[in-house]
Amino acid sequence: MKELLDDLDRWRTAGTRVALARVVDVEGSGPRGPGAAMAVSLEGEVVGSVSGGCVEGAVVTEALSLLHGERKPGIVTFGYSDDEAFAVGLTCGGTIRLFIEEFNW
Amino acid sequence: MTLSDRLSERVRSGDPVALATVIEGEGVGNHLLIIPGEDSDGSLGHPDLDRVVHRDGLAELEAGRSGIRTYGPEGQTTPEDLEGTPTVRVFVESWAPPPQMWIFGAVDFTAALARVAKILGYRVLVCDAREIFATGRRFPMADEVRVTWPSPVFDERGETLGPRDAVCILTHDPKFDVPAVQGALATRVGYIGVMGSRTTHERRLERLAEAGITSNEELERLMSPIGLDLGARTPEETAISICAEIIANRTGRTASRLRSGSGPIHP
Repeated sequence: MKELLDDLDRWRTAGTRVALARVVDVEGSGPRGPGAAMAVSLEGEVVGSVSGGCVEGAVVTEALSLLHGERKPGIVTFGYSDDEAFAVGLTCGGTIRLFIEEFNW
Repeated sequence: MTLSDRLSERVRSGDPVALATVIEGEGVGNHLLIIPGEDSDGSLGHPDLDRVVHRDGLAELEAGRSGIRTYGPEGQTTPEDLEGTPTVRVFVESWAPPPQMWIFGAVDFTAALARVAKILGYRVLVCDAREIFATGRRFPMADEVRVTWPSPVFDERGETLGPRDAVCILTHDPKFDVPAVQGALATRVGYIGVMGSRTTHERRLERLAEAGITSNEELERLMSPIGLDLGARTPEETAISICAEIIANRTGRTASRLRSGSGPIHP
C-alpha cells in the first residue's frame, strides 16, 4: 500500500471518494501476496495492482459499484477453484481473495 | 489525526505498524491500528477482541507476516470456544521495517551488490576499516557507510539482525573476514555469505578453526563460497548471483530452472 499513499493523500485533499482493494489471501499459484493493493477513485482513476494484470479490470468494476452503493464492503474472490468465483480468473490457475472497502477511515 | 493518517505516517517513515481489518462477520470494515509499545487505535467491535488481535498483531509484525485470522466475536481463539459461535475473520497486514543487508569490504563487488540489494528493498550498510575505500561518494546507493572493523558494528547493533536480514562478507582478507564471520554467527541473521575462491574458502576454514569456530552447526550457516553457480563474472552478475541465493535460502527452493521442474510455481 506504500506506493498508494501519495495518491490516497491527493484524493483525500481533493475530497474525492476512493475504494481500496487489498489482497488478503492467495491459494495455489498467485503473482502477488497478501497486502498487494489498488485504489480506484469515483472518477475511475486507478493506482496500484493486485495481480499480474489478470483481475485488475474486474476489481475496478467492483470498486466502482461499491462507491455507487451497489455492493457492500467485503471479500471478492477471483479464481477457478471456488464455486462462487467470478468468471474472471488468474491465468496461473490460483485463487486470490481481495477485501474491498471505501477508504474513508 | 485519522487512523489512516497515523498508518501512512508510520509506513512512510519505515517504522513498524500493523493494521487489522474485519473482513467477514460482525463489524466488516472495522479497523484496529497496532504499533509496538503504544496503545492500539480504533476498534474491531469488542474490547476483548481488540486485546487479542493486538497481541496477535504484534507477533505477526515481529515476523513481518500478513494474513487472515479467525476469532469469536469476543476474541475467542480455541476451537472449543469457537464451536457454535459466529466467527469474525480479521486480516492483519504488517508493515515491518525493511530488511537489512550489511556488506563488509568496500570493493568493486560492493557497489554492484548494494545496488541490487536496494532494488530488493534492503537497507544497506557498507563497512570497511580502510578510510580511503569506505566513502559515501563511492557508495552513494548505500544507506550508510561505516569506516570501522566488524566487531564494533556487531557489538553495537548485531541484535537488530534477524531471519530476514543478510550479512555479505566480500573482503577476501582473513584479518577482516574472521571477525566478521564471528560477529555474524553470534546473531540471528538469516543469511551469511562469504566471498572467495574454493582455495580461499579452505584457508578461511582453517583460520576460523583457529578462532574456535569448528561446529558443523555454525559452519553450515556460512554460504561460502558466496552465491549461486550462474557462471557470473562481473560485479553486477555476481551481485545477482548473491541476491538469488539469498532469495532461494529464504524460500527453501533449489534454484534450478523452472522448466526442469513440475508443480506450482508459487506453492
